[in-house]
Amino acid sequence: MAVQQDDILQQVTSAEYKYGFVAPIEEEIAPIGLNEEIIRYIWERKGEPEWMLEWRLRAYRHWKTMQEPRWAKVVYPPIDYQGISYYAAPKKRHVRSLDEIDPEIRRMFEKLGIPLEEQKLLAGVAVDAVLDSASVATTFKEKLAELGIIFCSMSEAIQKYPELVQKYLGSVVPYTDNFFAALNSAVFSDGSFVYVPPGVRCPMELSTYFRINAARTGQFERTLIIADEGSYVSYLEGCTAPMRDEHQLHAAVVELIALDGAEIKYSTVQNWYPGDREGRGGIYNFVTKRGICLGKESKISWTQVETGSAITWKYPSVILKGEGSVGEFYSVAVTNNFQQADTGTKMIHIGRHTRSRIVSKGIAAGRSSNTYRGLVRILRSADHARNYTQCDSLLIGSSCGAHTFPYIEVLNPTAVTEHEATTSKIGEDMLFYCRQRGISEEDAVALIVNGYCREVLSHLPMEFAVEAQKLLAISLEGSVG
Amino acid sequence: MEPILIIRNLRVAIEGREILRGVNLEVRPGEVHAIMGPNGSGKSTLAAVLAGREEYEVLEGTVLFEGKNLLEMEPEERARAGLFLAFQYPVEIPGVTMATFLRTALNEIRKVRGLEPLDPVAFLKLARERMEWVDIDPSFLQRSVNEGFSGGEKKRNEIFQLLLLEPRLAILDETDSGLDIDALKIVASGVNRMRSPERAFVVITHYQRLLNYIIPDFVHVLYDGRIVRSGGKELALELEERGYDWLRPDSEEVILPTVDER
Ligand SMILES: Nc1ncnc2c1ncn2[C@@H]1O[C@H](COP(=O)(O)OP(=O)(O)O)[C@@H](O)[C@H]1O
Ligand SMILES: [Mg+2]
Repeated sequence: MAVQQDDILQQVTSAEYKYGFVAPIEEEIAPIGLNEEIIRYIWERKGEPEWMLEWRLRAYRHWKTMQEPRWAKVVYPPIDYQGISYYAAPKKRHVRSLDEIDPEIRRMFEKLGIPLEEQKLLAGVAVDAVLDSASVATTFKEKLAELGIIFCSMSEAIQKYPELVQKYLGSVVPYTDNFFAALNSAVFSDGSFVYVPPGVRCPMELSTYFRINAARTGQFERTLIIADEGSYVSYLEGCTAPMRDEHQLHAAVVELIALDGAEIKYSTVQNWYPGDREGRGGIYNFVTKRGICLGKESKISWTQVETGSAITWKYPSVILKGEGSVGEFYSVAVTNNFQQADTGTKMIHIGRHTRSRIVSKGIAAGRSSNTYRGLVRILRSADHARNYTQCDSLLIGSSCGAHTFPYIEVLNPTAVTEHEATTSKIGEDMLFYCRQRGISEEDAVALIVNGYCREVLSHLPMEFAVEAQKLLAISLEGSVG
Repeated sequence: MEPILIIRNLRVAIEGREILRGVNLEVRPGEVHAIMGPNGSGKSTLAAVLAGREEYEVLEGTVLFEGKNLLEMEPEERARAGLFLAFQYPVEIPGVTMATFLRTALNEIRKVRGLEPLDPVAFLKLARERMEWVDIDPSFLQRSVNEGFSGGEKKRNEIFQLLLLEPRLAILDETDSGLDIDALKIVASGVNRMRSPERAFVVITHYQRLLNYIIPDFVHVLYDGRIVRSGGKELALELEERGYDWLRPDSEEVILPTVDER
């Protein structure tokens, strides 16, 4: 990792949000507002089977009966759900091969560092590129298909693999789960679908890159990953959005299913536009992510680096059903300026000998608010379950806030839980020591923060760990001095 | 030769209390100056002000470092210009490896010297060589900066950094305190290896002991914020014998701190 350190430190000095441009792509955008007509509109545009319309409408009707949750430690004005558009897709997107992609779209992803030509891609990473509401390209499909691995857009999965989709979609996060999950179920447009057959170890990282481009739209993607018995897959998502004065809503749902002995590693580098220094604009990131370890000895591991969004509300969780299954959550959440994050995890232990591990590093700077909220629930059936939780907060400056709400519910006396928490500040002494060795104050903050997050970053795939380090540095720019 | 460092009538306060009350000092290339004095006399304050700690208030005076106004420079600019401080209390930085920390530092310094940055391989080679000089195991490069180091290891680590960064002026703040005689000899041999006609040292110490191994050209006594006596290396021996009290300026009415003979 040391090789890239100089790069990273140079990046720190390049200012502001780098991904805030708008690409001139012709898009088809649904009329503003939400009603059954709009749901039909989305369903038609996507040419989905009948059962999906039923599915969507059921979710929509339920959503109408629900209230937006208000328990998170975040503050924002009421969202006008009738004031945004629920579908936007590039006009030129039906392509048979990667060469036919609209050059504007290609240029935009290139600008984001995501070339869509396979030979140019990072070795060992297959990418699904999602622009606003639609998947525009998926690379390395054929190569993966040789192993029986399905990696495609959700739209394509609904057409081609209806049995798998019908069996698992909504099985981990039902539309009744929460307000945003219901909304997503009604209007979701695209996302990624992964199926890894029994005994197959996916030979490359699978990655989805989400990009919001259009104004006044929400993004509602849906991801479903199924790892069949004894299989392994590592999946990564990244995301960016243009700088806009308005807030944009992003309400995704991710469902993971691990069967006997399967392992899913899910990593997120979240870099939605965070808003400006005065708190204008930025994405509202209200996301439901949950995995279930259905099979025995299965494992699901979430790693997230959250640096973007005006507001982050997400709790990637694991339901530990299979005997001896393992759930992990490694998180770095950085907030600066006026950003607010309320994030953490839930580990629900059902099976015997299930184990979970939570490592959360919250970093607050500027006037931001950074909350860890976690639930460890050990049910009666979960004999000898174990949990280890560590949540640390780091404060930069004195106008920010860090909070932790760790809930632990233990219904089985044989369970063991451990909890550690610390709060610290970046000390003047530490900064001075670095500066006395010739390291600038900003580089010193980046160095110290990266050190602080090292354990979490070490769980990211190598290429993305480097990206994440850069992001940490950039998002903390101007937070000292 | 032009002095590397010129301090003129430096008066410094912290929290409204004057700690340095008119310090004068000139250091030329090739020289080793020892600054001795009882606890609380302002030795660390002097080192900290030279290195650029911001909480100290400079009331009066000038400091020139190679002809430039040192007090106007940021701490990192001073370091890059070749001023090094071996800390009395080195700081721990969890999760940041020595290798990352020092390669970053060295490449910053090399940049202003017009040198290419060192790649990891070249860096490791150089670092290993310099670690050997002060008997530090190369495995320390993969450990977090100062974290879990013993007192002696921290001090040797400061000298290792000095050897690696090759400053023009090195200030050692009580690098000898808490070291046994073997460690002291290692530290001193590291420093002596770096002595050269272009480089100068300011060695702050409470005891004469270190000066048996790092032979100074000049010894100054800092007493209650002033240099009250300067001499050659024999002054250190005299202080060892007689303590500091005999140097108490008669005109002083303040209560002087007592010498702490640990
Ligand atoms: N950061 C500080 N805040 C308050 N007082 C300080 C600080 N640093 C030094 N002092 C005071 O200044 C005086 C000189 O301290 P110092 O320079 O550390 O002396 P020495 O290194 O000679 O023992 C002492 O009385 C000490 O208490
Ligand atoms: Mg001192």
